[in-house]
Amino acid sequence: MRITQGTFSYLPDLTDDEITAQIQYAIDQNWAVAVEYTDDPHPRNVLWEMWGLPMFEISDASAGLHEVAACRAANPDHYIKVSAYDATLGRQTTALSFLVGRPAVEPGFRLDRQEMSDRRISYSLHPYATEQPRDLRSAANGHRGS
Amino acid sequence: MTTQDGAAPRGFAMPTPGPGRAAVTGPEASQARAVAVAPDAGACPPLPPEATLELAEDEQARLISRLLDELDSEFIGLVPVKERVREIGALLLVDRLRGRYGLASSRPSLHMCFTGSPGTGKTTLAARMGVLLRELGYLRKGQLVSVTRDDLVGQYVGHTAPKTKEVLKRAMGGVLLIDEAYYLYRPDNERDYGQESIEILLQFMEAHRDDLVVILAGYRSRMDVFFQSNPGMASRIGHHIDFPDFSLDELMRIAELMLEREEYMLEAAARDAFRQYIRLRMGQPRFANARSMRNAIDRLRLRQARRLVAAGDPVCRADLMRLSVSDVRGSRVFTDTLAAPPAALPG
Repeated sequence: MRITQGTFSYLPDLTDDEITAQIQYAIDQNWAVAVEYTDDPHPRNVLWEMWGLPMFEISDASAGLHEVAACRAANPDHYIKVSAYDATLGRQTTALSFLVGRPAVEPGFRLDRQEMSDRRISYSLHPYATEQPRDLRSAANGHRGS
Repeated sequence: MTTQDGAAPRGFAMPTPGPGRAAVTGPEASQARAVAVAPDAGACPPLPPEATLELAEDEQARLISRLLDELDSEFIGLVPVKERVREIGALLLVDRLRGRYGLASSRPSLHMCFTGSPGTGKTTLAARMGVLLRELGYLRKGQLVSVTRDDLVGQYVGHTAPKTKEVLKRAMGGVLLIDEAYYLYRPDNERDYGQESIEILLQFMEAHRDDLVVILAGYRSRMDVFFQSNPGMASRIGHHIDFPDFSLDELMRIAELMLEREEYMLEAAARDAFRQYIRLRMGQPRFANARSMRNAIDRLRLRQARRLVAAGDPVCRADLMRLSVSDVRGSRVFTDTLAAPPAALPG
């Protein structure tokens, strides 16, 4: 199941040139570009691992792409996104965030139904990707662990 | 990594969803970034081998001559430097024309080393170089990031690599100027982190040749020692440019250019006195070429201000601009010379 999250999620995956152009746009808007990664694609998982610090002082997108490539190499089979933070007073929020990497195999989600009182049903999403404990997951992905 | 069509080496490391991807991520897309030199090469079909092109009519040729004219008007002397800029510009032009015939053209290594005495314009020119290379089409941004050892080398184990990489990322798309680069390497201390910084630099200089230009600047003799102990660095730098000392005439023209920019002028007699001042100052210790001219002009302005305020007369615009003989003659350079016999002067 192909996960769609963030800006451009309705488009085919961006090429490196397209990613570079988007990062350049973010830099030109004075947004701080950061690279984040995770192996848990749950839509409510908003706290991904930071790949280094946000890049506050870069002026060319090639530096951003360099970090994306480094993150892909170190975290194969992870979801990777680029986020751009707008620090302008009154906004102070993530202005742009899009996926730049995903695992080769995406197992998708299971829908869990829980029967509650008065026949009410509560639903929850269970990502198959997180079935194993975290340490075993990292080892299986060739990741050093975090 | 598995790809459905096997033609997406630069996209995400994952199956691409539709057949439409292959067209974008094919060889054309990967060329678009690498061959910034010939952006129109892929667009039109190559010319037949017997066709001829008019060099002088090329837009790029005019741009190069305009840039060199600007450089000539801004920088006095520095002939070897201007020659090198002319060559780099010409190479770009030839590469574009080669691209028209479908011939291969790769971006040359543009890392440079500027050596020369103090005040010969190394840092000033490095700052100009970023803009110049951007206008020639070699750099995307052309910003200057000027650093010294402190900005690159960390203080404890594991501190150096992130610090150096941070600086390099800031400089991408522009010029990284490492002033007094020989301090990076401390031969007397084998545990110094400078070596680690140099290795990261070398790696980046090789891997990101398209993205940034590294310029090392420093005094000649010490840079020679630095390169002897880091042969890898010497061989990765394509352009070793030596900045010559300025002659008396050049210094005079530099000073006049500085005065003109600050909207001052020397009166005719003061001009001769100032020439004499330069000659005397050149023979003295700690002479720093153009930087000494800058300092001399600052002191001239101080003496002019003191003279005007002390006189207390009404002044006009010309008075405020004019530097008189007495302003020049008030310099300590003249009095020291009178006090000491000329033979005692060093140099």
